[in-house]
This record gives sequence, C-alpha cells and structure tokens, in this order.
Amino acid sequence: MAEILVLVDHADGAVRKPALELLTLARRIGEPSAVVLGAGAAAADIAAKAAEFGAAKVYVADAAEFADYLVVPKVDALTQIAKAADAAAVLVTSSGEGKEIAARVALRLGSGIITDAVDLEAGADGPIATQSVFAASFQVKSKVSHGSPVITVKPNAAAPEAAPAAGTVENVTVEFTGNAAKVTARTARVSTGRPELTEAAIVVSGGRGVGAAEGFGVVEELADALGAAVGASRAAVDAGWYPHSNQVGQTGKQVSPQLYVAAGISGAIQHRAGMQTSKTIVAINKDAEAPIFELVDYGVVGDLFDVLPQLTGEVKARKG
Amino acid sequence: MSLRIVVCVKYVPDATGDRRFADDTTTDRDAVDGLLSELDEYGVEQALRIAEASGDAEVTVLTVGGDDARDALKKALSMGADKGVHVNDDDIHGSDVIATSAILAKALEKTGYDLVVCGMASTDGTMGVLPALLAERLGLPQVTLLSEVAVEGGVVKGRRDGDSATEQVEAALPAVVSVTDQSGEARYPSFKGIMAAKKKPVEELDLDDLGIEADEVGLAGAWTAVETVTERPARTKGTIVKDEGEGGKQLASYLAEQKFI
Repeated sequence: MAEILVLVDHADGAVRKPALELLTLARRIGEPSAVVLGAGAAAADIAAKAAEFGAAKVYVADAAEFADYLVVPKVDALTQIAKAADAAAVLVTSSGEGKEIAARVALRLGSGIITDAVDLEAGADGPIATQSVFAASFQVKSKVSHGSPVITVKPNAAAPEAAPAAGTVENVTVEFTGNAAKVTARTARVSTGRPELTEAAIVVSGGRGVGAAEGFGVVEELADALGAAVGASRAAVDAGWYPHSNQVGQTGKQVSPQLYVAAGISGAIQHRAGMQTSKTIVAINKDAEAPIFELVDYGVVGDLFDVLPQLTGEVKARKG
Repeated sequence: MSLRIVVCVKYVPDATGDRRFADDTTTDRDAVDGLLSELDEYGVEQALRIAEASGDAEVTVLTVGGDDARDALKKALSMGADKGVHVNDDDIHGSDVIATSAILAKALEKTGYDLVVCGMASTDGTMGVLPALLAERLGLPQVTLLSEVAVEGGVVKGRRDGDSATEQVEAALPAVVSVTDQSGEARYPSFKGIMAAKKKPVEELDLDDLGIEADEVGLAGAWTAVETVTERPARTKGTIVKDEGEGGKQLASYLAEQKFI
C-alpha cells in the first residue's frame, strides 16, 4: 500500500491536534507513516499517539539542529525520509513554518505542491485536494501532476479518528546540509489556557467596536463561558488592543469553527477571508448596515457591551 | 561596495473586487483592477529602511507578470526604490509557484543581489512559500516571516513570531528575507516620489534573456493541475434582531436551538 508521510507537529512534548487530523486524512489515500523530528525524550509518547491514529511506521530523528536552525534541518530530514521510503505523498500542517518546509521538500523531490487544503480525497491518479480561495468565495479541487504530491492541510480539515496501527519506530540519522538561518533565542508563547484559535470548535472575536484593550474583557468572558478561543480583527490588532497571534483574517489566522461569534466587527474582506467558511456565524454590531450581517445566520443590532454580558450570563445559567 | 537589495513584488487583482477564475482556471486578471500586492508594500518599506540605515545601498524591485504588472513596479519606485526589473513573456501565463520561483531565481542571478526581500505571501494565491523556494533555489539562508528586521555588519537579524514561540533569527548575507504585515506601516508615495519614479529605469526581460525554455513554465509546465473550480454559494442572510434589552437572551436562545449551549 502507498506510504504517506505525515510530518507530526508537536509542542511541549505533545502531539498537536492537526497532526492527528493529517493521519486521519492520510488513511484515505494510503498507509500513513509519521515523521517525528526534534521531540527529544517525548518522541516515544508522540510515536505511540501517532500509532493510535493509524501510523504503521514512525520515523524518529533527533538532533540539536532542529531547534538551532530555521526550517532547513526539517527539510533535510523529511526529504531524506521521503526518498528512502519512496513515499507516495507527503502531508504537512499548514502553518507558516509547515508551508515553508513543504515547499522546499517539494522542490528537492521534484514534486508539485498544494498548500492550505481543506479536504483531501483519493483520486484516480493521486490525491485530490480541495482549497478555499479568493476569500473563500471559490472552492478549487486540484492535484499534483509531477512527482510525489506534497500537500499542506489546514487545521480542522477533518475530525481526528483513532485507528490503531503498529507504529513501528525507525530511528533516522539525518545528514544536514547547512545554509540555514540560526535561531539565537526562543521565547515560548505564554499559554492563555484557551483552545488554539485555528483548532477551536467555537471562536469569539472582537473588532473595532470593542474600543480598547480593556474592552476585550467581555469578549474573553463569553469565550470562557463557551470554552472558545478568542480572535481579533485586524483593526483591533493594529490598534494594539489584542495580540497579532489572535488576528483572524487574510494576514492572520484562517479559522473554520463550528460557531464564529463576531462582536463589533464590520466584516471587511480582509476579515471575511479568515472566517467565511465557519459553519455558523453570529454577529453583534451597533451598525445595522455593517457588511458582516450579510454573512450571519443570526445577528443582533446593538451595543456589544450590553449584548455580550447578557449572553454570557445566559450561557452560564444554561450550562448550570 | 554598496548593498544590493532586490525586492520581489507581485501585481495582483484587488482583493476588494469580485475576483474570479478565467476559463483556463487561471486567475482572471482582467475582471478586476490590479495593484501592487498590499503585503509586498511591507517588503518594499523594509528594503527602503534597510537601505536608508546602510547609507550606501541600491534597491531594485523585481516582478514577473504581464504588461499591467508595470504598475506594481511604478508604485514601488514611487515609494523610493531605485530601479525596476520586469520579467514579461506570454509563455509565463499559468505558471505555478514552482515555475515562478525558477523565473525569479534566474532574474535575481542576472540582476545581482546581497539581500532578497519578499512580502509574507501574495494576496491572491496566499501560499506564502515563494521566499522559501527562492532560498532553496539560490542556496541561501531563509530569514523569513519577520516582524522586525535589520542589517548590521553583513548580518541580517530579525524576530519571527511563530505559532508556539517567538524566535530571534539571523544569517550572514547574502540571504532571503520575508517580512509580515507587523513589520511596520508602509509609506505612501510622495508627489516628488511619483514624479521621480517616471524617470527611473525599468529593465524588461523575457524567458530567452533568462535562459528558460517555454515548456518549463506556464500552464503546460505546471506541476499541479486544477480539476474543478466551484463558486461558493453566497451565505443566505439569517435572522437579524434589534437589541431592545433582550438581545443577549435572544442570541442565547438561538445558540441553544443550534445545540451550541
């Protein structure tokens, strides 16, 4: 059966959810093998988790280079493993780094690349990837027509499903090439305790209407009552009210949750590009003419500082 | 010798327009007015700042595209870049990112560079992989997705904000840099800048000049193929209520009906 390599994204010694989604998708097009790079002592646990989600083999490589240099060591490792395994396809999570790794691996393998797939299916001559383009106004299905497909897949493209497999660990010694930028310092992002923006089932976002950094308090309270992630529009981020890591939109994160709550967000194209594929959209905005209301399943024209606290109270009451 | 900075820019359909596909499944570049990709303005801005800080630098702006793409160069020149290079050839139409990176790499080699600067992604394709592909093709370190960047003593340094960590990264020149929309507001061209841009040189190159065969690029040379393009049905507008004091409760009832709470 065709061997599909999945680069496993991990942080703090744990597998990140999008990697489990990739393993689930990989089973549609062949037999998944996981690639675990630079995980140190956590590699065994990560390998076990990958096996639980269908990895027949787990390639493990560890070296200081993975942390000390940007992108290239992972490219070296993934290319070496893909060539040795004669992989039928390589899947990587669509993050900034993931896409950079995938692109260089594709070039080294002589393969075409598709980025930001939101779905993946088996086709007559290789996997077919679905992308959502032009601010999610079109769906494009395409395939790689040259070499072994290299495809990056967005978080939330599939629900992870366990399917225990052997998960035979194969340790790999990587030959590193060089020409990489050096990482001289790294500061881990402080966890907020909330779900990851791109992985969350519910996202509550605030925009210009929130008015100030302190205004995000009511947004966060609703998010916490719903168990949601917090997002922000570019206007709110540019104003310095909320961190760029939480920006939803064309130049921030693209999210596709079950429920998206937009508070004080007008709905400019830049924002819509990041949330338009959400399953259910609700909005609260003072301006009845705001373009966001064209997208919503349910909208409230009103002051978010009245509506959100009342909604938060109701959510808490109903959850008991 | 002065620092040679080359900024790669793209002419894209305006994202606020009704962007569509042409019959051959390539981006329809006639339906909507084009402009310099907003995210590339940040690349031009950082290149100009690096040039200003060095005191002895030349900024070249490079694009691959049809006749209209000259507008993107003009904008960058009016912001303050010194000269332009325009790779324009009918056979390029339909090129994928792999082919585009090959064309840009050849043009960069021909132009000469110490530092290559790119935006974080185009606003049409939005792949964000071109800087990495250029680094791979040119055998240069990639110092990418920077929110802060500076060049000192032949070393480019910057801050990269990733999903799980913020990193300080650096590499000796020559190198490929990409900058995010957090790197600093791009300047508006001044009237003087717009007038001066008219006299700045733009070199025109075609595939022959770069030693690239027509079948290596374009739709036929692409390593990916579009199977289908489907317009997403417009979202149907739902219920809109005006808050008369019960808006939060009404919204809660809706969310309960939908089983979110």
